[in-house]
Amino acid sequence: MFDWLFGSKPACDQPSTATSAAARPPWAALSLESRHEVLSEAQVVPEAANCVQCGCCTYNCPMGIDVRAHAWRGLPVRDSHCLTCSECVKRCPRGVLRFERIPLLTRK
Amino acid sequence: MTVRAPPYVIVGSGIAALSAAEALRERLPQAAIAMISEEPHDFYSRPGLAYVLRGDFPEKRLFVRTPKDLRDLNVERITARVDRLQCEQNELVLANGQRVRYACLLLATGALAVPPTFPGHDLVGVVKLDGLDDTRHIIALAKRGKSAVVIGGGITALELVEGLGARGLKVHYFLRGDRYWGDVLDEAESSLVMDRLRHEGVVIHTKTQVAQALGAGGKLTGVKTQAGAHIPCQVLAVAIGVRPRADLARQAGLKVEKGVLVNQFLQTSVPNVYAAGDVAEVFDPRSGTTTLDVLWPTALAQGKVAGANMAGERRPYSKGVAFNVTMLTGLKVAIIGAVGGGKNDDLVAIMRGESESWRLLPKSWVISDRDDANRVRLLVGERRLVGALVMGDQSWSRPLQRLIVGQADITPIRPALLESGMASLTQLAAFYQQWERSQTPDIPSGLSRSS
Ligand SMILES: Cc1cc2nc3c(=O)[nH]c(=O)nc-3n(C[C@H](O)[C@H](O)[C@H](O)COP(=O)(O)OP(=O)(O)OC[C@H]3O[C@@H](n4cnc5c(N)ncnc54)[C@H](O)[C@@H]3O)c2cc1C
Ligand code: SF4
Ligand code: SF4
Repeated sequence: MFDWLFGSKPACDQPSTATSAAARPPWAALSLESRHEVLSEAQVVPEAANCVQCGCCTYNCPMGIDVRAHAWRGLPVRDSHCLTCSECVKRCPRGVLRFERIPLLTRK
Repeated sequence: MTVRAPPYVIVGSGIAALSAAEALRERLPQAAIAMISEEPHDFYSRPGLAYVLRGDFPEKRLFVRTPKDLRDLNVERITARVDRLQCEQNELVLANGQRVRYACLLLATGALAVPPTFPGHDLVGVVKLDGLDDTRHIIALAKRGKSAVVIGGGITALELVEGLGARGLKVHYFLRGDRYWGDVLDEAESSLVMDRLRHEGVVIHTKTQVAQALGAGGKLTGVKTQAGAHIPCQVLAVAIGVRPRADLARQAGLKVEKGVLVNQFLQTSVPNVYAAGDVAEVFDPRSGTTTLDVLWPTALAQGKVAGANMAGERRPYSKGVAFNVTMLTGLKVAIIGAVGGGKNDDLVAIMRGESESWRLLPKSWVISDRDDANRVRLLVGERRLVGALVMGDQSWSRPLQRLIVGQADITPIRPALLESGMASLTQLAAFYQQWERSQTPDIPSGLSRSS
């Protein structure tokens, strides 16, 4: 059932060690999904509590969206200009931002 | 001279001060609020300084609030150092002799780098990284310098190493012991970071301490180590820990340990004086202990609670599980709950971006990977996970944070966790998904449809 989780990596017989490159959990699949899906269905969502307001995200957004301001308020980036290019998600040094699927009811 | 008495006075202009001011204003639209700080700058992100130092983005990006935002908040901003607090008179004395009365006071004075004591510590070129002015000063020095020495452990030291390196200096990094951040990272994690630093051209000197900073004409020219080696440098950056700025409170006779002692409502031993942020040492009635955090999210959360309570609410501050994600040599590292236990020779005080609780040694087992840059280290307690460190790939960090914060009972998979690392992560993944489903309605959406 979890074959996909560990792929073809040989099992490690060392007790209390784990090769975590092979340990991508199932939910990591979301970040590996086709770019197309990200483009059409995802929005950038902040985990406000972890944001230190450094501004790396806003600085790197090609569309000039103030991602930092969203992170301050804990609001998803529901800006129609967002390209879901993932620059902000990648550059945030605190792992605050992630893509989440747009909830069905609010999908454009 | 005594100026008019604004009921609410905040000392400091950092994140604890700002979030308290916003919380107060939200509740009391008409109240007079004053914020006194010796820093003349508009509100900026202190953790962001590291990225400005490295040249990732220009300084103006640090400012989180525009002058207009601050005007809208309608807070009177006074730029001055507060020299004395007189609780009996409900009054502050500023460096220029002015007195400011208050009805309710918040001390949000933060923490400062512990200054070095070796001979030559006052030469121009011996630096610390506390604020924007320090950052500007280091950038100016780096323009003229060729090489730098950095001493200390923890995140700030590494940010200095990387910032100075990015500005083209040859960086020598001195460690007292034989590895980096020994009380939070395990050996493999330390050596991973150290290898990456070496790869970037940093020269790491283990078991090395500065005996003396050498200078000519008041300017730093090099350092002499305790072993007698001489290393020429124009910048000597010191990050050996921070200390809460509790002097005002101490002189005023408030209860102070390492920080200003506050109860769960963030009140000091004088009821109309509150403290929040890096300066506050908070009592937790559940555990009967006090903790000092030097973390931005904690300062933000405490500022909010202090502001609400100053406005008349009675809201307890409850400390969450300490959580921090940071970049170490370009690797994302999430530290959740208790992970440490080792000792750190490079610090004389708590570090920035650190929580004391990380250093508690839990009775636990460690599951970790050996040699990959992507690592997950779990600390398994009696019935629940007590801590985790996730390095590199962050897929596990949110689930682990959820399990640790949610105090998930891991009894069903504990034997597996203790038996074999790899297989146990498979089981943990399944366990987490099941646990998360039982936690509805707050399902992280990454899971809601992929499972
Ligand atoms: C380079 C750097 C990197 C950091 N990285 C991280 C990180 O990765 N993660 C993390 O969680 N945290 C990090 N921190 C720590 C974080 O910035 C602090 O925890 C947070 O800023 C604390 O906020 P505060 O409001 O309590 O205090 P501060 O922001 O320090 O503000 C205190 C204010 O009080 C003023 N003040 C003090 N005494 C007086 C006085 N007597 N009179 C007048 N004014 C006074 C000071 O001028 C200052 O403006 C970092 C800090 C630095 C410097
Ligand atoms: S880059 Fe991350 S931590 Fe920095 S402001 Fe943006 S969301 Fe916050
Ligand atoms: S995904 Fe790209 S366009 Fe959208 S907010 Fe982030 S950086 Fe800007």
